[in-house]
Amino acid sequence: MFPSPSFPLTAETWLRVGPYIPVLLRGLGVNIQILLGLIALGFVVGILIALLEVYAPRPLAFVGSAYAWFFRGVPEIVLLFLFYFGLSRTFNIPVSPFLAAVLALGLRSSAYQAQIFRGALLSIPHGQMMAARALGLGPVRAIFHVILPQALRLSLAGWSNEFSSVLKDTTLAWGIGVVEVMRQAAYIRGRDFPLTLPIYLTVAFMFLVLTYAGNWAIGAVEKRLRVPGLETRR
Amino acid sequence: MTLLTVEDVHKRYGREEVLKGVSLTLNRGETKVVIGPSGTGKSTLLRCVNRLTEPDSGRIWLENVEVTSAKTDINHIRAQIGFVFQDFNLFTHLTALDNVRLGLVSVKKLPKKEATDRAMAELERVGLRHKAKAYPAQLSGGQQQRVSIARALAMDPKLILFDEPTSALDPELIGEVLAVMIRLAEEGMTMIVVTHEMGFARSVADEIVFMEGGVIVEHGPPDRLFRSPEKPRTAEFLRRISELYGQEGR
Repeated sequence: MFPSPSFPLTAETWLRVGPYIPVLLRGLGVNIQILLGLIALGFVVGILIALLEVYAPRPLAFVGSAYAWFFRGVPEIVLLFLFYFGLSRTFNIPVSPFLAAVLALGLRSSAYQAQIFRGALLSIPHGQMMAARALGLGPVRAIFHVILPQALRLSLAGWSNEFSSVLKDTTLAWGIGVVEVMRQAAYIRGRDFPLTLPIYLTVAFMFLVLTYAGNWAIGAVEKRLRVPGLETRR
Repeated sequence: MTLLTVEDVHKRYGREEVLKGVSLTLNRGETKVVIGPSGTGKSTLLRCVNRLTEPDSGRIWLENVEVTSAKTDINHIRAQIGFVFQDFNLFTHLTALDNVRLGLVSVKKLPKKEATDRAMAELERVGLRHKAKAYPAQLSGGQQQRVSIARALAMDPKLILFDEPTSALDPELIGEVLAVMIRLAEEGMTMIVVTHEMGFARSVADEIVFMEGGVIVEHGPPDRLFRSPEKPRTAEFLRRISELYGQEGR
């Protein structure tokens, strides 16, 4: 005789999930806000770090590499704790858990995005920079008008990888008390224990949809920015 | 009237001294063709003129401005000197029109409409107005090189430096690029051309400069230099080149 399972997966439990969906979606909305914040922060800082590593003189380039080493080397959950408790409790800087999550995950992502951009920058032939400089463009103009537009196009494929990865990482913000989808799921589960599995399956499904939608959007951007004549597949 | 003066320019890469003291002057409207074996510093010399490569020593003047002075705004100088590369180096993410327009908009600060008109006029001049919307990857090598000449011309340069402009081209595409360059020379453009095209050198150059081993071995008007070179090294090079490329060098 088997004991009846404590996390049943029956039609009856599925039906009871329905009313909780708005609450879950509200939580997911917070994940999306963290995602937008962290990916924008990671993008801007990532490009700066990549430019430092590729174009800056040695000591500055080393700062870029050291930065990448730190943020790629420390576990995300540890970074979250460091940022939240460090900023708010040690340095008394009033950061909300939400802001701490955006900062920690964003700066971490910037280290990964920097590597994507760095690879793309290095793959632009030197002649492009020379031709831009020969026209009289200064180094900054040459980078913005000639090098970056080409490098960013090349970055998109690798960047979609980073997108999928950080999208899921937003759930770690749970650990410092952000009321996002995992926190909402935990509340529901606390109230109605047998719903555990259907609730988490629902959350999983939501992320599958988001990953699909996000990558579809990146693919559309990639297609739009494609340079005619350079396609490998016609 | 002297437009460009190069005075005792030296350049060293590691142990190898690529330029061992090169001097020349270029008059307005003059076409100088630089010939010589590969690896003898011809391209390095061109790149030193607009400091794409920094010379180790020596001085260069464009009119009365010293290019090599630390006080000179090098971007301002470069905007006045066209440069045409062996492998074109068109900006791959921009259309032909935008390639020609970029310098006008972001260096010369022309209003967009004016820049567009000027860029179209230059594309017309190299016979590629109909390719304005095409991207470099959609153009043949000859067309790409003509766009890159239009890109240089649009800046109203005081002189144009051509660094082996036809060396990367299939033989049947060389003619269209040379035709554009011949017309420029006839119109009075000041140019320095590094090339192995002896027919072009012979018919267009006001003066031929023969370089070898980082120095100018000999220079003079094409008729004299091709018919009766003074230095044995020049004669030897011309003989080898004519064996390689047929009779046009004779």
